[in-house]
Amino acid sequence: MTESIRKTFDEQLSDMQQEIVCMGSMVEQMVHHAIKALSERDIELAERVIRMDDAVDDLDISIEGRCMRMLALQQPVARDLRTIGTSMKIITDLERMGDHAVDIAKLARTLAEQPLFKPIVDIPKMAAVAQKMLRESLQAFVNRDIDLVQKMVADDDAVDALYRRIYDEIVDYMEKDPGIIRQAIILLRVARFLERIADHATNIGERVIFMETGVLEELNI
Amino acid sequence: MRPRGTGEWLAYGLLYLSIVLVTLPVAAIFFILVSRGYSAVNWEFLSSAPRMGMRAGGIFPAIMGTLLLVLGTIAIALPLGIMAAIYLSEYSSRGRLNRLIHLAIVNLAGVPSVVYGLFGLGAFVLFLKIGVSLLAGCLTLALMILPVIITASEEALQAVPQSFREASLALGATRWKTIWNVVLPSALPGILTGAILGVSRAAGETAPILFTAAAFFLPRLPRSIFDQVMALPYHLYIITTQVPNIPQKVQYGTALVLVALVLLINASAIVLRSYIRWRRSW
Amino acid sequence: METAACIIDVNKLNFYYGKFQALKDITLCLKPHKITAFIGPSGCGKSTFLRTLNRMNDLIAGVRINGKVLIDGRNIYAPDMDVVELRRRVGMVFQRPNPFPMSIYDNVTYAPRMKGQSRGLDDLVERTLVRAALWDEVKDKLKVSALSLSGGQQQRLCIARALAADPGILLMDEPCSSLDPVSTLRIEELMQDLKSEYTIIIVTHNMQQAARVADYTGFFLSGELIEFGDSNKIFTKPDDKRTEGYITGRFG
Repeated sequence: MTESIRKTFDEQLSDMQQEIVCMGSMVEQMVHHAIKALSERDIELAERVIRMDDAVDDLDISIEGRCMRMLALQQPVARDLRTIGTSMKIITDLERMGDHAVDIAKLARTLAEQPLFKPIVDIPKMAAVAQKMLRESLQAFVNRDIDLVQKMVADDDAVDALYRRIYDEIVDYMEKDPGIIRQAIILLRVARFLERIADHATNIGERVIFMETGVLEELNI
Repeated sequence: MRPRGTGEWLAYGLLYLSIVLVTLPVAAIFFILVSRGYSAVNWEFLSSAPRMGMRAGGIFPAIMGTLLLVLGTIAIALPLGIMAAIYLSEYSSRGRLNRLIHLAIVNLAGVPSVVYGLFGLGAFVLFLKIGVSLLAGCLTLALMILPVIITASEEALQAVPQSFREASLALGATRWKTIWNVVLPSALPGILTGAILGVSRAAGETAPILFTAAAFFLPRLPRSIFDQVMALPYHLYIITTQVPNIPQKVQYGTALVLVALVLLINASAIVLRSYIRWRRSW
Repeated sequence: METAACIIDVNKLNFYYGKFQALKDITLCLKPHKITAFIGPSGCGKSTFLRTLNRMNDLIAGVRINGKVLIDGRNIYAPDMDVVELRRRVGMVFQRPNPFPMSIYDNVTYAPRMKGQSRGLDDLVERTLVRAALWDEVKDKLKVSALSLSGGQQQRLCIARALAADPGILLMDEPCSSLDPVSTLRIEELMQDLKSEYTIIIVTHNMQQAARVADYTGFFLSGELIEFGDSNKIFTKPDDKRTEGYITGRFG
């Protein structure tokens, strides 16, 4: 490809993309640590996750600033405009995912002080898929890979299936032993947050398709 | 593009007619000169001096005299005229003094050539004691063609786009360097046009050299600039009115040579101008 | 980090064409190695202001100026200022490309030749043409007339010619207004490239260009400097309503 005559703008776009990737990997780490804190009952780790949210919020503001600046100064159109618009929505999704990770960490903190009524098996499985979806959505963003986004749809189904299984199992336990309700609800909430995280990753995927094709469509019902 | 409608045809016809009327006399002059003078022109005619009271021999001294006058006139008038034009165009403010000078120049252009001759007689021949000579003739002729040269040069200088001057000054060149390196070279074709016009007049005028340079009969080349010369226009006048029994073909032949000489000088100047234009546009 | 000193320091500059006051009390500080753009509607004084910086206004009769313009700390309107030297230090590129009717080589070497330089010219030509992103296109035809180049190429040649005078400051008066969009963008990239070595001040009637290219932007209106500051600020949240009105296209 011939060298672009808008090198400066290209660099700005590239820098912004880097920051988004950075933000995304930070959020992924937060999710990973939050679930780890939950299953290993590590209060220290949970606290760390909560603190990481500040950095994520800072990146959110910084990236939005970059986008505003480019919109004001570079008159982007077509693909560039879609890229910047998409980026602004993606960071919102990422920021919400970060918040959810913090919620999980806080619940992990609470849970750490009590003995568990059942071993936590499916939740980490669910978290692993959600993290995979987050990674893939960012990869799709960087490489503008629509096919990868389509593959993510299958993962979202898996997440939904896991959630239903967890839900049924926990309700079962609650019916049998009302004493564990409080703990059970905590686990349900964690599962719910993970399901939300997966949804946000799907949103990111939809936005990537829009960025690349200009067509906005819901990926799964 | 062919015109349509009677009005258009009428206009076209009149314009065409005017062209014919303009070119017809020129063609006629040429035809007459060539047909009647051609037989007189041969190498002997062009290279030898007149003999037998100008009834025989050639017109060589007159040819040389005219050439020397032209050269001398240009040597004086061109630098002077260009410098004056540069002053008027580049340095002077467009105020009242400038307008006065232009008025003077325009008036000078309208002065009849015989008046120049008388002025030359009084100022150069008598007052400065140069005597009737090549120098006095050149000075007088130079004065006469100065207005043409100044006007043409000034126009040529004015025609150079202001953007060139701005660019040059913005690069840190002085006013004079700008003129010398950018403005003058660009104006050269126009200046040469003025020179061509001036040369034609200088070569062909009789009255200014009548009292200041021309000799009735001087069958040799001038020994210095203070010497008199023969000149073609004057010589033509002499052999057609003052000396009897000159063969007609000699008279027409002389006229033919004069016209040919002027054409030759013009042609070389035009070639020079074209060359300069070609070099500038590569 | 705005700690660099002003390379051009303008203090209460007033400028008159005869009785008409074209510039009113202009005060500002221009930073080195940055691109500063001036925008504003036609006749607002921005070009006049630009030309006060290299005293090109001196060429017009009947102009009056008061106030100070300090370049490298010296008042350029002081009586002992050498204008020729000033114009070597502060170069200018004009709205319409105006190469001399000479070869490309002679155009570029014009300024150094006027200064008396006769050696090292070949290197200088190569260096400045490379700098102006024109070398590859003309290196085989340096002796060809400059007028045979396209508009965008001619303008880059004029930039090279100005750079050959070794200025520290480059003034550009609507340099792209007679060029097509692609040539315009190329020259804008060139400006970004040049600012590492030079300070660039540009006047443009195209505010999108100012937005794309300039670190600092100033808004002129009827001879006054209404607002001056960081470009991002001017184009996202300007202080003055008039600035906002102009850049959003509500008037002008």
